[in-house]
Amino acid sequence: MFVDRNITEVTIMDVDKKPVLFIILAVVTILAGTLATTFIPLFMGTASPSRENIKFYTALELEGRDIYIREGCNNCHTQMVRPLKFETARYGDYSTLADSAIDRPHLWGSKRTGPDLARVGRKYPAAWHVIHMKSPQSMYPKSNMPPYAWLADRDLNTKYTEAKMKTLGYPYTAADLRALEGKTEMDAIIAYLLRLGNELR
Amino acid sequence: MAQEHAYDYRAVKGFAISSLFWGIVGLLIGILISLQLVYPQLNVTSWLTYGRLRPLHTNALIFGFTIPAAFSIFFYLVQRLGRTQLAFPGLAKALLYLFNTAIVLAALSLFAGMSQSKEYSELEWPLDLVIVVIWVMFAIIIIGTIVKRKEEQMYVSLWYILATVVGVAIVFIGNNLVVPVSLFKSYSVYAGANDANVQWWFGHNAVAFVFTTIPLAIFYYILPKTTQAPLYSHRLSIIGFWSLVFAYLWTGAHHLIYTPLPDWIQTVAISFSIFLIAPSWASVINGYGTMKGQWEQMRTSYLVKFIILGITFYGLQTLQGPSQAIRAFSALTHFTDWVPGHVHMGTMGWVTMTISAGFYYMLPRIYNTELYSVKIANAHFWLVLMGQLIYSVTMWITGIRQGAMWQAMEADGSLVYSNFIDTLTPNYAFWNMRTAGGIIFFAGFLLFVYNLYKTIRLAPKASSA
Ligand code: HEM
Ligand code: HEM
Repeated sequence: MFVDRNITEVTIMDVDKKPVLFIILAVVTILAGTLATTFIPLFMGTASPSRENIKFYTALELEGRDIYIREGCNNCHTQMVRPLKFETARYGDYSTLADSAIDRPHLWGSKRTGPDLARVGRKYPAAWHVIHMKSPQSMYPKSNMPPYAWLADRDLNTKYTEAKMKTLGYPYTAADLRALEGKTEMDAIIAYLLRLGNELR
Repeated sequence: MAQEHAYDYRAVKGFAISSLFWGIVGLLIGILISLQLVYPQLNVTSWLTYGRLRPLHTNALIFGFTIPAAFSIFFYLVQRLGRTQLAFPGLAKALLYLFNTAIVLAALSLFAGMSQSKEYSELEWPLDLVIVVIWVMFAIIIIGTIVKRKEEQMYVSLWYILATVVGVAIVFIGNNLVVPVSLFKSYSVYAGANDANVQWWFGHNAVAFVFTTIPLAIFYYILPKTTQAPLYSHRLSIIGFWSLVFAYLWTGAHHLIYTPLPDWIQTVAISFSIFLIAPSWASVINGYGTMKGQWEQMRTSYLVKFIILGITFYGLQTLQGPSQAIRAFSALTHFTDWVPGHVHMGTMGWVTMTISAGFYYMLPRIYNTELYSVKIANAHFWLVLMGQLIYSVTMWITGIRQGAMWQAMEADGSLVYSNFIDTLTPNYAFWNMRTAGGIIFFAGFLLFVYNLYKTIRLAPKASSA
């Protein structure tokens, strides 16, 4: 009376009587594609280009990148120019493995509510970004981007900068860290934006 | 009913209520972010900006609504299908408190902008650890109950439950390996293209083990139970199960078409995506086959309507998804609003409809009563159906429109719409319609919650202890 007879007559393989065996089989089944498409390529290195020509993030750029992550800019902006004519015509050179080789995490994005930013550092000067970040609507009256004026009022928190640079293995000097004094969050995010598209030496 | 007392439904009830509560929160935030896309002045303070709220919407509905719905319904199913009492009821009670505490902390951390940035893996590492503990507790209860079951055969629903238990564990841990720099900040152990590949292996299998195996476990139980008809084909469910669990893991890179990720990984993902139609439709066919000779129940039973519309949207979703994986299709729709249209046919149609059917089936039974109002349940059905269709159809239209505007080029190779903003503003009318669809859906959801609330309130007291 708890289970209708007619829905439990499954007797093709015995694995449906042995939960532990069932779990083992399920794990093996799941690991097949997992290893083949994700973790084996990781160790093959085909998606890990040489870092020789890559400019590491400066301390300020890295802090800017972390603000980009904190604010969730990646929810509206991609950083992935596809190798399609209409994309390169709009944004510039298509993205390569090298562009994001040192990015942890990657910020390719999945939705383009706003334009792609992979090459935005080649497009506008710092002064443009300040105005735009404070009030996108002052640049484009119909833009739906949130205004981020408050970033300019907030001092950059540099407490963990050194630990971050160390964790990521980016080179830095004491002078680099000292240069962060007096910077705002706006300075940092704009430094990051200006770098986008200028990854290579 | 004589042995009804032998089952332990306390955690089942607790998680049902948690799920409904966080469902309301997540949907309200969905409506807010939909509005913000047209009215940026609604980004009133830093912690209410769209960039922070969108992850809150997705996390609230994945971790706050779908997961506890699964805990609730699975704790019911393992007892009924195993004809045994829940293992470790004390642990289940602790799980309920730990779970809700974690969701509150998760919401606060997302408001504060603490984020690993990877989609659906936004929560920072201390919360990830809590989620791992939650999942281990859940697994112990589920596996413990299944091991001591009295019904030798494990029914199909139990397979999907076990797949959920191990699948979520593997993909969640795999994608959240990070190096902490402070309590609130960490960096992924993977870099660049590898990080993206791991992320979308996770992302697509969150779809597999949260948005697919959870509703399928519910579907395979309540469809035969409700219709009183035997499941159409057991052979089909076996083939469907193992090929689904095998194939899903190969497809993550269909989110990365035309990226620099090595081409062969993309091509393998596209092929397996197309193959996935077969195991997905195995369940759809099982659903329709079971209805053979029973179709009049679509008129007479509100439950059958939820189940059959749910599996129908699953069927459409698993045809649309593989199409999106194809390169030419992806070139047009990737990055556009087409994708949220796809997502919400799955989540608002398939996932939410099936979970609703699960609660409608289960809650009156465990409270020894009848549903408060079939009329309200029918109104709920039509509202969520309408809301979801408005959402998906408007996003498909505007997605194709925007994709086409991005592509449009003059004969000389220059862009027709070189200002991005000109391709954006036509979205506004569609986003407003989407908001309307969302509000209609939300109204349906409120009726659902009200109906269940009344059902529980009016239940005979003795059994609700
Ligand atoms: C045969 C099964 C399926 C396949 C092959 C498939 C394929 C895809 C593809 C190719 C995308 C990426 C689109 C793009 O970014 O251009 C996608 C996105 C998505 N799909 Fe599916 N889909 C399937 C079923 C489902 C189901 C059942 C759901 C349940 C809700 C679902 C939920 C999602 C979600 C949430 C995303 C958005 C990911 C993001 O960009 O954040 N899919 N799907
Ligand atoms: C009132 C109903 C809802 C509304 C108004 C709503 C609104 C939204 C909006 C505006 C977005 C962002 C789209 C964009 O990036 O352009 C979104 C994304 C998302 N929502 Fe909802 N939503 C609703 C219901 C749901 C439900 C029920 C679920 C899950 C059970 C869900 C899961 C998601 C997911 C997974 C995404 C990410 C999609 C992607 O990455 O493409 N939503 N939603």
